[in-house]
Amino acid sequence: MEALASLIQGFGVLADPMNIVYMFVGITLGVLIGVLPGLGGANGVAILLPLTFSMSPTSAIIMLSCIYWGALFGGAITSVLFNIPGEPWSVATTFDGHPMAQKGRAGEALTAAFTSSFFGAFVAVVLITFLAPLIARFALRFGPAEFFAVQMLTFCSFVGMGSESPFKVLCAMMFGFALAAVGIDTVTGELRMTFGSVELLRGFDFLIAVIGLFGIGEILLTMEEGLAFRGKSAKISATVVWNTWKQLPRYWITAIRGSIVGCWMGITPGGATPASFMSYGLAKRFSRDGQKFGTGQMEGVVAPETAAHAAGTSALLPMLTLGIPGSPTAAVLLGGLLIWGLQPGPLLFVEQKEFVWGLIASMYIGNIAGLIVVLTTVPLFASILRIPFSIIAPIIIVVCAVGAYTVHNAFFDIVMMMFFGVLGYVFKKLHYPLAPLVLALVLGDMAESSFRQAMLVSQGDLAIFWSNPLVGGIISLALVMLFWPVLALFLRKRQARRVESTEAAIPAK
Amino acid sequence: MEHETQSSEPVVTNRTMEIVAALFFATVAVIVMADSLRVGAGWAPDGPRAGYFPFYVGLVMLVSSLSTLGIAVFRRAGDKSTFVERDQFALVMQVFVPSMVFVVAVGFIGIYVAAMLFIAFFMHWVGKYPLRTILPVAVLVPAALFVAFEIWFLVPLPKGPLEAMLGY
Repeated sequence: MEALASLIQGFGVLADPMNIVYMFVGITLGVLIGVLPGLGGANGVAILLPLTFSMSPTSAIIMLSCIYWGALFGGAITSVLFNIPGEPWSVATTFDGHPMAQKGRAGEALTAAFTSSFFGAFVAVVLITFLAPLIARFALRFGPAEFFAVQMLTFCSFVGMGSESPFKVLCAMMFGFALAAVGIDTVTGELRMTFGSVELLRGFDFLIAVIGLFGIGEILLTMEEGLAFRGKSAKISATVVWNTWKQLPRYWITAIRGSIVGCWMGITPGGATPASFMSYGLAKRFSRDGQKFGTGQMEGVVAPETAAHAAGTSALLPMLTLGIPGSPTAAVLLGGLLIWGLQPGPLLFVEQKEFVWGLIASMYIGNIAGLIVVLTTVPLFASILRIPFSIIAPIIIVVCAVGAYTVHNAFFDIVMMMFFGVLGYVFKKLHYPLAPLVLALVLGDMAESSFRQAMLVSQGDLAIFWSNPLVGGIISLALVMLFWPVLALFLRKRQARRVESTEAAIPAK
Repeated sequence: MEHETQSSEPVVTNRTMEIVAALFFATVAVIVMADSLRVGAGWAPDGPRAGYFPFYVGLVMLVSSLSTLGIAVFRRAGDKSTFVERDQFALVMQVFVPSMVFVVAVGFIGIYVAAMLFIAFFMHWVGKYPLRTILPVAVLVPAALFVAFEIWFLVPLPKGPLEAMLGY
């Protein structure tokens, strides 16, 4: 099969020893980032992105994606040992992971978590390997109207499937678009919303926003809970690993189900976080030991971890093939690709084969390497968290500031980062979702140019969006998603009224 | 760390913050729409003008934020839940204020010296560490950053008078 041949070629790209070095460096950095609060997956990749500008795009994306992996693995460490989710998608892992640690079974919990993550990610990478070329070929038929339709669908599904008030989702999303629009308009060259400021001429960089919103905002939030990290110790020996591995095959259904849920949620812009919760919920309902979930069931760790990693990985699939990131971290990676002049989308597979397949090959090896690294270094990372917050907090803030500065060598960006930090703090507390904001900020310019190109082709006629079944179907789906909260409310009210009338119709005995 | 202090009173209620946030978005929306109209939000002969897209973005934001405002004002009239408590807020300020001072300082004395002072200050004020513990950390971390960025990656960071004296 063509995909396999390309994959083998991709492995050849990895033969360059420097790339292997970058891989391990990336994974180690990633785990460190996943473990430290305030340096999350999206944030960490954002901070380290400018450092990779001096590398070749292939090496850079390999290192960045390995950082992504490492962060995925790292989030589980703090969840299990400290009951503090290092990443939003590790929250569900704390439900059963920490109780296991409290019962002295931390090593088992961690091994189960890492192995499940490996499994979920592996399934997703295989999916990417075989689906990506197909989707890319299919997407070659996409014109600007189709691209805009897909982007619309992405944004509308945030409104429809989100758990927050749709108005808040819309506000956050529009805010992201507005921020993206600041600066020089690429089509007409006009200045938008710069108000005569030279600093604003550059526009708002999504990296600064991500570091501020997810990094500084997270630290401010963590401060509310006080300054202590008290965690359980973790001893992972080879015996523990082996014993846990012997038990894991029992949960193969959970693992497969989690992977499927994860892959689905990663591809549609749900992301790793909802995937982990959904998988946990499903496992709890369908498992034999469902009631014991929450007290330290290994299955309760397997379920969310497979899903979260499958989602995190498969989020890269729409990013590579369509240019639509499935998660905030994928959005940052997308931004990175754009900075290097690589246009994600179907043409990437045609014009940059070596890059794309090198990346996909690195996912396989990165996954395995990640598992090995993380199993062997857990005690080390766990001890890092014992460093008191009063030492770590300023260091993290300094690192964030460095990250913000290195994007454009602009001092103004560090100030902007703090502003976004405050916004992130307030938004999170008021349940304004950050993911649509980041996505809108990254995709805003692309979405707008797709829209304008479509309008140019149709000479201003909006009917172009229903001109063929493909684009019409996608746009209609997008509209359904957008108005879903209203529809759902309506359906629920009808359901309630019907129940009432049937109850009234039953004659009293 | 458990907080069972009496200063758990709210600094501000959720409802107030909801209103503030909604007003913030509404204001931003109006600014966006105003500027888009200035640039031109209609159709030029060759397609939508530069302000077309942002205008509608602003419009949606305005409608959404006003709706959130309405919900916050009317539906949540009896909601007294707390946005942040006094002692929580104090802790947040404990991090935020020194951070802002640090950021401003970067502009004057460069990031390395500012980082050293920031870390040292934080460790002393919050962590109450003795000087002999503070000194190595506060000096080594910026030093490591210096080596990493100025020498290895060759990525320049903001520098101040001290570095200028040393020839960087």
